[in-house]
Amino acid sequence: MNLTQEEYNEMTKKASPPSPAAKNITMAFLIGGLICAVGQVLIFAYQNAGMDSELAAGAASITLVFLSVLLTGLNSYDNIAKVAGAGTLVQTRSPRQRSSSKAKDLSLGLVRKCSLSQGRSSSMG
Amino acid sequence: MAQRRGRYTVVLDNPPSIRAAATVGCKKESEGPLGGMFDIINKDSYFGQASWEKAESQMQSLAVSKALEKAGLQNTDIDFIFAGDLLNQCIGSTYGLRELGIPYVGLFGACSTMAESLCVASTFIEGGVAQKVVACTSSHFCTAERQFRFPLEYGGQRTPTAQWTATASGAAVLQNGDVPPFVRAITVGTIEDLGVTDANNMGAAMAPAAAMTIKHFFEDTGKKPEEFDLIITGDLGKVGSSLLADLLRRDGIDLGDRQSDCGLLLYDLEKQDVHAGGSGCGCSASVLCGHLLPQMREGKLHNILFIATGALMSPTVVQQGESIASIAHLVCLSTQKSGGVF
Repeated sequence: MNLTQEEYNEMTKKASPPSPAAKNITMAFLIGGLICAVGQVLIFAYQNAGMDSELAAGAASITLVFLSVLLTGLNSYDNIAKVAGAGTLVQTRSPRQRSSSKAKDLSLGLVRKCSLSQGRSSSMG
Repeated sequence: MAQRRGRYTVVLDNPPSIRAAATVGCKKESEGPLGGMFDIINKDSYFGQASWEKAESQMQSLAVSKALEKAGLQNTDIDFIFAGDLLNQCIGSTYGLRELGIPYVGLFGACSTMAESLCVASTFIEGGVAQKVVACTSSHFCTAERQFRFPLEYGGQRTPTAQWTATASGAAVLQNGDVPPFVRAITVGTIEDLGVTDANNMGAAMAPAAAMTIKHFFEDTGKKPEEFDLIITGDLGKVGSSLLADLLRRDGIDLGDRQSDCGLLLYDLEKQDVHAGGSGCGCSASVLCGHLLPQMREGKLHNILFIATGALMSPTVVQQGESIASIAHLVCLSTQKSGGVF
């Protein structure tokens, strides 16, 4: 066939439709932002209930993880994620969490991945 | 005695007859344009089994049983069975065929397994070591996702180039005989790799192998695309098919309207959200066994080239940075046992 990998790579790029970036980015922003807003509302709610800011942030994280597990178990999460993309993959961050946010983000990600690998869906797409 | 033509092609002197074939599918396949062709449909992805892997095994078992029933044969009549699938250690095939007691030749060709099994099965009959054999394969969307990608619930976005692994199985009974269609020639593929690393673009990864095998066939035999009614690949999908046409044109081969792809026939790309098309061993197997072979028996197709393509990588080596190697095997089918195309 006499073509280099670079030449074939160029051919492949031309033949492969790109992901709809405008739509994906917009939806990731909107839905990701919505999830973050929900997280913020939860922080406010927990603070109003008497928790200090650190505890409220933790409680909000736990609540979001619970909701994601619930939606996963109800077989809805993947339908949301199909539209939201990165918006559902990115974890919530509160400004107050900045110092310990990396560990929390990592642990949230790990919790979600663990919950996924143990379960199996009751029906398939 | 079979004749070797060139380096890659074998023209059979005693072309085996594909006596009967059967297909099994699931919900998405039943809702596609070829939904009516399946012998057995079960909309439950578990096929009543405890796991998807067991379901895939069950699908193979059902396909083989149905093909034997259509051929009027028992498993005890079969000399060899040639099968494989996408799963680690080909357990889909092993456990599906466990009860049959037929001497088993396990194969791995990824999604090219239907063509690979037909190639090997045909030579066993041509060579006289077998009178009746079965070639079969299967794939299952859920087992393939578990094998190669993520849990279904992960909810990752699929790219426009991604393809949908068919939950389907196809089995063909070949025998020494006179019932069309016949396997007239085979071209065994070489492992090709043009450096595609994107596991979401299997069509691009496999197109070079299809191009190489088709080129080898035409060069070895001196045939032209115009001599065939259909030149159909297994699962290049939309992107891979386009690349195949480009690659062949660079070598002066124009398939024109004869080019088709099983992955583009099995599903409705507009309505079924399969992105670039269907894929998987079961995709090409079911389209061949359920759609193309019957069309040949009905006289709608006379001479076709069936080229199933497979991506030979594993998730481990791709994670280690390897590119995706691929292969394509070609089977030349004809309604005539002699003369005509050869």
